[in-house]
Amino acid sequence: MEKQRHKYSLIKVLRENQAAQGLFLMSPTNIYLLIFIVFPLLLVAVLSFLARGSYGEVAYRFNLANYVRLFDTLYAKILAYSLGVGFGTTFISLLIGYPMAYYIARAPARNRSLLLFLILLPFWTNFIIRIYAWIMILRAEGFLNSFLQWTGIIQQPLNILYTPTAVLIGMVYEFLPFMVLPLYTSLEKIKDAQLEAAADLGAPPWKAFLRVTLPLSVPGMIAGTILVFIPAMGMFVVPDLMGGAKTILIGNLIRNQFLTARDWPFGAAASMILMLLTMAFTLYYTRKAGFGEELLV
Amino acid sequence: MSEKTPPLWLRIYTFLVYAYIYLPILILVIFSFNTQKLNIHWEGFTIAWYDKLFHDSQVLLATRNTLIVAIVSTLVATIIGTMAALALQRYRFRGYGLSETVLYVPVVIPEVVMGISLLAFFAMIKFTLGLVTITLSHIAFNIPFVALVVRARLHGFDKTIEEASMDLGANELITFWRVTLPTIMPGVLSGAMLAFTLSLDDYVITYFTAGPGSTTLPLRIYSMVRFAVTPEVNALSTIWILIVFILLFIGEYAPRRRT
Repeated sequence: MEKQRHKYSLIKVLRENQAAQGLFLMSPTNIYLLIFIVFPLLLVAVLSFLARGSYGEVAYRFNLANYVRLFDTLYAKILAYSLGVGFGTTFISLLIGYPMAYYIARAPARNRSLLLFLILLPFWTNFIIRIYAWIMILRAEGFLNSFLQWTGIIQQPLNILYTPTAVLIGMVYEFLPFMVLPLYTSLEKIKDAQLEAAADLGAPPWKAFLRVTLPLSVPGMIAGTILVFIPAMGMFVVPDLMGGAKTILIGNLIRNQFLTARDWPFGAAASMILMLLTMAFTLYYTRKAGFGEELLV
Repeated sequence: MSEKTPPLWLRIYTFLVYAYIYLPILILVIFSFNTQKLNIHWEGFTIAWYDKLFHDSQVLLATRNTLIVAIVSTLVATIIGTMAALALQRYRFRGYGLSETVLYVPVVIPEVVMGISLLAFFAMIKFTLGLVTITLSHIAFNIPFVALVVRARLHGFDKTIEEASMDLGANELITFWRVTLPTIMPGVLSGAMLAFTLSLDDYVITYFTAGPGSTTLPLRIYSMVRFAVTPEVNALSTIWILIVFILLFIGEYAPRRRT
């Protein structure tokens, strides 16, 4: 009886109190993410200040050695290299993706959704499958070399697979749609009247593009840059499968520390640095442009 | 933007990019029918690799695992995520900003960091890695994506139809069930679709949270690719691509026909 009344009163509160309704709907998400996202991340933060015991266990000695170690030449190089690959991937995706998004935004309205859908379609398949497809193409006896040798352009097969170039090719292929979609959202919003105004004021098309279209598509560029840069920075599968043994990015470093070297505190410190880098990057750019609907593709 | 015919170079360029996107997949599919085991040159047509695949007990187990994880995590994440979307779009409550920020965290942190943090977490609470830990982790990264997609669809929701329903004597529950839910259903379904595909596709987080015997298809394909490039991998990939394409076409064109 007592329980019944209690239940009734909860329902009553929910009926009458709007804020309580909102909180009630939100709380499963809050609780779940608190347990499985926030707490584990805090755990990694704590872990990064501890030390590795002699058997690979975690020793509870507070220290900053893991962070200092990240600035050793070897690890600083990995960090710099990861940044290079991250920016390289982002830049190439932008170069390839911009004209593409521009084309789709100017296509007849009835075709646009199909053109976008065609960009997305292959990327719903498994990403390891997509990497594998490129391995088949790039390997020494692969299709690219067979084709080039058949045409007589080269005599000896090119060694592309297991080089940084292969990593870039694989990464750009993986992340291109993340660039095209937000760019398209930005470009599609540009009104004809804005371009007509530029033309009326005597701007030739190239100038109208540079002074109107390009600046108005900056939010899309920023959103695309964030969406490509973050996953590219942490990626370890593409370097694993396409980069050969020498290509170690920060993602590989973290993975190795947790699974093979069993130095969890050091791996945790590397994770913290990776997280700080991507967050600083995201914050810097979103402050500059503001979170637009471009990010909600 | 206007619908002027784009210049020729742009059309050629766009065609080339589409070729760049689809050519690798086309080659992959064609070479799943190759008789040559090394799969370097085209030798002859066979479907033997598909036959081999259907008798590969590891692949079958991995398929079962993948489907269990994807179905369970999609169901849970869709319910929880839809609730969050409703809360964020229609209510103001204490901790609103914080809730919204936390929701974005799994989207903006690198996958590898999320993977190792979950590994460290499960190790700390001494939870044996397996299908359960994979599913729990997939729910965690799927909730935000469902919430974001459903929220975007809630944007233009007309509240007056709910008020009309209440005026006609329906209580909140019946109104939600008979009016709100059917209206937001397309959004909920596309959120569920996204969650299901993300779960099917996930390698990184699964890799860190999987234990012995809980190998999923992406993990299985990875080790196949790593050790031997045979047409069997192509066959498995082809089936995968085929299923995803069919699902996507249904998802893209079925709801539109109804409305």
